[in-house]
Amino acid sequence: MAVIADREGAYAPPVREENYLTWDHSIKSWLFTQDHKRIAILYLISITVFFLLGGIFAMLFRIELLTPAGDVFEADRYNKFFTLHGVIMIFFFLIPSVPATLGNFLVPIMVGARDLAFPKINLASWWVFNVAGVFALLVLVTGGVDTGWTFYSPLSTSYANTSVFLAVTAAFAAGFSSILTGINFIVTVHKMRAPGLTWFRLPLFIWANYATGVVIMLGTPVVAITLFLIAVERLWGVGIFDPALGGDSVLFQHMFWFYSHPAVYIMILPGFGVISEIIPCFSRNRIFGYPFIAFSTLSIAILGFFVWGHHMFVSGQSFYTGMVFSFLTMFIAAPTAVKIMNWTFTLHGGNVIMTTPMLYAIGFIGLFTIGGVTGLFLAAMGLDVPLHDTYFVVAHFHFTMVGGMAMAFFAGIHFWWPKMIGKMYPEFMGKFACIIIFTGFNLTFMPQFIVGWLGMPRRYHAYPEEWQVLNVMSTAGASILGFGFLACIACLIWSAFWGKPAKQNPWGAKGLEWEVCTSPPHPHNFTSIPVVTEEAYSYTGEEVLDID
Amino acid sequence: MTSVTMGPAEPVIPHHFETKPQHNECNILGMWLFLAQEIMFFGGLFTAYAVYRFKYPDAWEAGSAELNRAIGTGNTIVLLVSSLTMALSVYFAQTDQFKKLVASFSLTMVFGAIFLIVKAFEYHEKYTHGLIPGAWWDPIHPPEIDDPSKMQLFFIMYFIMTGMHAFHMVIGLIIAAVMMIMMLKRKFGPNKYMPVEMFGFYWHFVDIVWVFLFPMVYLI
Repeated sequence: MAVIADREGAYAPPVREENYLTWDHSIKSWLFTQDHKRIAILYLISITVFFLLGGIFAMLFRIELLTPAGDVFEADRYNKFFTLHGVIMIFFFLIPSVPATLGNFLVPIMVGARDLAFPKINLASWWVFNVAGVFALLVLVTGGVDTGWTFYSPLSTSYANTSVFLAVTAAFAAGFSSILTGINFIVTVHKMRAPGLTWFRLPLFIWANYATGVVIMLGTPVVAITLFLIAVERLWGVGIFDPALGGDSVLFQHMFWFYSHPAVYIMILPGFGVISEIIPCFSRNRIFGYPFIAFSTLSIAILGFFVWGHHMFVSGQSFYTGMVFSFLTMFIAAPTAVKIMNWTFTLHGGNVIMTTPMLYAIGFIGLFTIGGVTGLFLAAMGLDVPLHDTYFVVAHFHFTMVGGMAMAFFAGIHFWWPKMIGKMYPEFMGKFACIIIFTGFNLTFMPQFIVGWLGMPRRYHAYPEEWQVLNVMSTAGASILGFGFLACIACLIWSAFWGKPAKQNPWGAKGLEWEVCTSPPHPHNFTSIPVVTEEAYSYTGEEVLDID
Repeated sequence: MTSVTMGPAEPVIPHHFETKPQHNECNILGMWLFLAQEIMFFGGLFTAYAVYRFKYPDAWEAGSAELNRAIGTGNTIVLLVSSLTMALSVYFAQTDQFKKLVASFSLTMVFGAIFLIVKAFEYHEKYTHGLIPGAWWDPIHPPEIDDPSKMQLFFIMYFIMTGMHAFHMVIGLIIAAVMMIMMLKRKFGPNKYMPVEMFGFYWHFVDIVWVFLFPMVYLI
């Protein structure tokens, strides 16, 4: 992406040679910043805290599952642990993970703009997210919540005597903050692209975040009103969803999954975008089938709104409704497979360089494929009946969300770390943590496929003795996985302070953020708005790493 | 550029935009997207309404008959007139007519307030008739339907839907009050009318929600 000319009225360069991190050190300049790059860093700190918190709950219930008897924690407490794990990981880590951090940082730079269209709304998004986080912490101090992250009625509305109200308020507010981010992305991509940056010259990361924005905008309000109705039903003591009072609890499931199934695409689509950047860069190859990846992103976003009923095959939905949802769910595997194939063909014939981000990206392709294929098992209506609510579903979901999304998130964080922080992370430690995470992950969740296939239901704190071996493997894997995440985060934090300074383009990558922006970027990104003359990923195979 | 009596003398472009039209287009697209998510938000309520109406048609008919159609119609007219004055406000801001702008925007606020006051009286009437679901539920004349308790569901949906609409009106009036102060300080004018136009988008949207709510709860 060459810069051929400065536009008229170019932005005056700053007097001081500073970057966005160093131009002002005051606390106020961080907490009330309107700079999309600083907001990305703020979000990164917030979601890391929640990621660790969610991980602690996972470790607690894995300890309980070491032994068949429910002996470490009583059933009530166990229910609270898996609920809090789910609520925190989904609403406070997975949904904001890539869009709010990498997306916030990169979307304006990649489209050649100085900021997102609405910087104040972007800042408001982070504040609303933190208000939501305070509600989530209030849930913890008021004794937790035990309905599962799905808040199914009538359990959540009539029977649970835990902090359901605070928990749905937290999810409501977190959803609102994601809507603000989504709208910002859509407007920025539509209206603020640099001259010459046509839709089909956009990096695929932008397509992914654009599609994510659309899903957020159309899906999140529906869950917002659904959670609002749950809160009203609890506070007012009337029956909206409780069948005993004339309500319809299946209606709740429809309204909940109308958002919460598309929400998994909110979580995974930005991850696809990250992988689409890293694979061509470290294959030194143009991406295979650019338009197919771009349109598969959009078709996943659209199809994702028509598959929610596959969560309700055994909830009393009619047989024919189930068949339609089953068919549509199978259908969504097609665009996903298109992506996997295209990434693989990009690797083919490329000059593959195994850096840490590439290692995560390759791991992503393998794990996500397993997660996707097992999704087809569950989409088959007949097979879903025995597998519904077993550990098979848990393993499938974690293969797509941890094996997929978390791997993509860490791939992206490592890839753009030199750009965001201006420091190189230690390569050996990065790879070491990646391999630990990969090993621990497989050891945790592979046995869960088997134990789920054997019939172990999810959300129980006790189980028959013959499943102990598999559960011990899973808990051992979770410990390794937890260690891997800590090693990875520690390595990144260490490098932020003591790492080697990064060059402008350490990976020899293509893209405005590498070719035009300094590391870390200037507070206003560009001294003059670039003019784009090439398509994305115009790798020639001759790019070199530029690392000391 | 001719001198203007209100608002900035020249268009102000925030640092991250290149041109004024780009700035305006971003605002308009952003507002449309916000309204799209609002439609999905109310859409959830409309879906629940439709499902329960389908399940309990008798209860719905009996519940709807308890509402005061004359007041509902009057309130609809009040709200539609407020939309007209809102549209005029945008025009007066663009064409630099200070007095007319203040007058028409004030009228918009007054009509909005009238709507809410009437709505409050309607709610109170429901209370005196024992039509508040939950602990106060005690209709004086239980209608002759299979299961009178299902009529509660109608009133739950009635209060949540009109309540959510009224909540949007309250938010609108708060924003309008802030804008009124800025307007009197002559902050808006031909070179800065976007805030007025954005508020107009929101106000019209809230009116349109009512245009759908009114027949759904009062008429059919």
